[in-house]
Amino acid sequence: MRNAFVEALYDISGKDQRVVTLVGDNGAIVFDRYRESYPERFINCGIAEANMIGVAAGMAACGKIPFTYTIANFLTQRAFEQIRNDICLQKMNVKLVGIGVGFVYSDLGPTHHGTEDIALMRALPGMTIISPADPVEAQGATWAAASMEGPVYLRLATSRTPRIYGDDYEFEFGRGVVLREGGDVTIISTGNILPEVIKAAEQLERGGISVRVVNIHTIKPIDEEIILESAQKTRAVLAVEEHTISGGLGSAVAEVILEGQNEAIQFQRMGLPGVFANGYGAYDEMKDMNGLGWQDICRQAKSLYEKKLQLV
Amino acid sequence: MRNEELQNKARQLRQTIFKVICEGQGGHIAGCMSVVEILTVLYHRILRVDPKNPEEPNRDRFILSKGHASVAWYAILAQKGFIDEDELATYGQGGTRLGGHPDKLKLPGVEASTGALGHGLAFGMGMAVAGKMDGKNYHTYVLLGDGECQEGSVWEAAMFAPQHKLDNLTVIIDYNKLQALDRLDKIVGLEPLVDKWESFGWEVCEVNGHDVAELEETLSAVPFAANKPSLIVAHTVKGKGISFMENVPIWHYRLPNDEEMKIACEQLQIELK
Repeated sequence: MRNAFVEALYDISGKDQRVVTLVGDNGAIVFDRYRESYPERFINCGIAEANMIGVAAGMAACGKIPFTYTIANFLTQRAFEQIRNDICLQKMNVKLVGIGVGFVYSDLGPTHHGTEDIALMRALPGMTIISPADPVEAQGATWAAASMEGPVYLRLATSRTPRIYGDDYEFEFGRGVVLREGGDVTIISTGNILPEVIKAAEQLERGGISVRVVNIHTIKPIDEEIILESAQKTRAVLAVEEHTISGGLGSAVAEVILEGQNEAIQFQRMGLPGVFANGYGAYDEMKDMNGLGWQDICRQAKSLYEKKLQLV
Repeated sequence: MRNEELQNKARQLRQTIFKVICEGQGGHIAGCMSVVEILTVLYHRILRVDPKNPEEPNRDRFILSKGHASVAWYAILAQKGFIDEDELATYGQGGTRLGGHPDKLKLPGVEASTGALGHGLAFGMGMAVAGKMDGKNYHTYVLLGDGECQEGSVWEAAMFAPQHKLDNLTVIIDYNKLQALDRLDKIVGLEPLVDKWESFGWEVCEVNGHDVAELEETLSAVPFAANKPSLIVAHTVKGKGISFMENVPIWHYRLPNDEEMKIACEQLQIELK
């Protein structure tokens, strides 16, 4: 996903001279071609995220389109006040790119886990949030971010993200994507956990439960229509995220359902339940260790479905 | 002759600040008073800005990073013609464009919405970087508070500017030695302030922040060194012009009572209604 983003950024920079790239001392090797081609438009701001964001905002005030790139946590947390006051409050056209969302940095520990970033960025007026699920989607998202006016937070996994979409996939900003149709229960998800969700859906299907899988790549502004339609259709909605359940995708979906839906829905959030992700290991191991493996998702979805049956 | 003219402008600025804040029932009088001469010289002698063309791409940029001195900024913007003098009377009223902290989206001539201390320098540096990138020769000036220099983000910026040889950037520190609760040296002192900035790679000058001639001479001389950002430590007095406010911490955010009002108006040569 990360390389896909850099490729898109490279092409965008070729097309639009206003685009500049600021990094927080990361992206070794992956930015080499970019730096060779656009040396004067690439600034390594060092390990000083708050400063980087402030500088980006000032550059945007002078007509530049800065992409600021660093690890999701350090971007959204260390520099949160700068994002709020320098970018959102003043409507500066800065594109924030956070890598390492969820616990894809699975052996690095919670300091490097992007598991509260959605919650934080959601609270900011004027902030658009795009959370692509695979490299193809990441490219579409990057182009969309570049072409829209105003602050965007693009949250990316890292390298080695499995493909979900074919080459012909067309990214549509703001529109949720039905990855799989089904009528018994909906699983709404975002980002790099989607492969687990798809595996779970396949397994549930084998067990006789038909699952609608919806990919919400644009978390803000969220596609309320597809959420309400899914709720209406299946009456059981499970929101899955590699993120805290407080304030993330699940919360956003719950808000839409509760404010828009008239009839009883079984709803459940699934993610990190008020804890930091535990342990160190390979990414797949981390998902299992933290209750976000496909078997866990199966269990939750099944239980939600059974609850729904009791209601009906 | 020039100096007298500037001093008159400064005196008028003090009067305006005091009137606006008192009538608006709230503001940072003392922190405004310490930057009066700095703003007067900047806007009347230094900044290449045009009130009829506030968005002109080659204009000089000024950022009041100590945003709580907003009324001083509004007052000088009015003097210069970016806003009407009449509008100053709306300060403190519902629907005004003149908030307690300056709003970039509402006011011409306000280059950055400040108020959260420690943000203005990085923002201004971004403008300077963009200027270098585009080969433009506008200059960016950022006015910091001294208490503001306790914020870590200021020092991140202080490291960045020399690295990028931003000689199109000048920082002025309103060194009035006071902050909200007490003197700086009783809380988190900055000394040796000049040494700090010099060691970070800035070219530093010290001035009497209330001497218009010295300010004009110094500000006209930027950049002090090629390829280096410039810094002016302006020694100032918080509450300058009102004897009972000068150097007294409690006046950070406080309105005078009737007795104090009389004395202040006398000293500032304001006619009491």
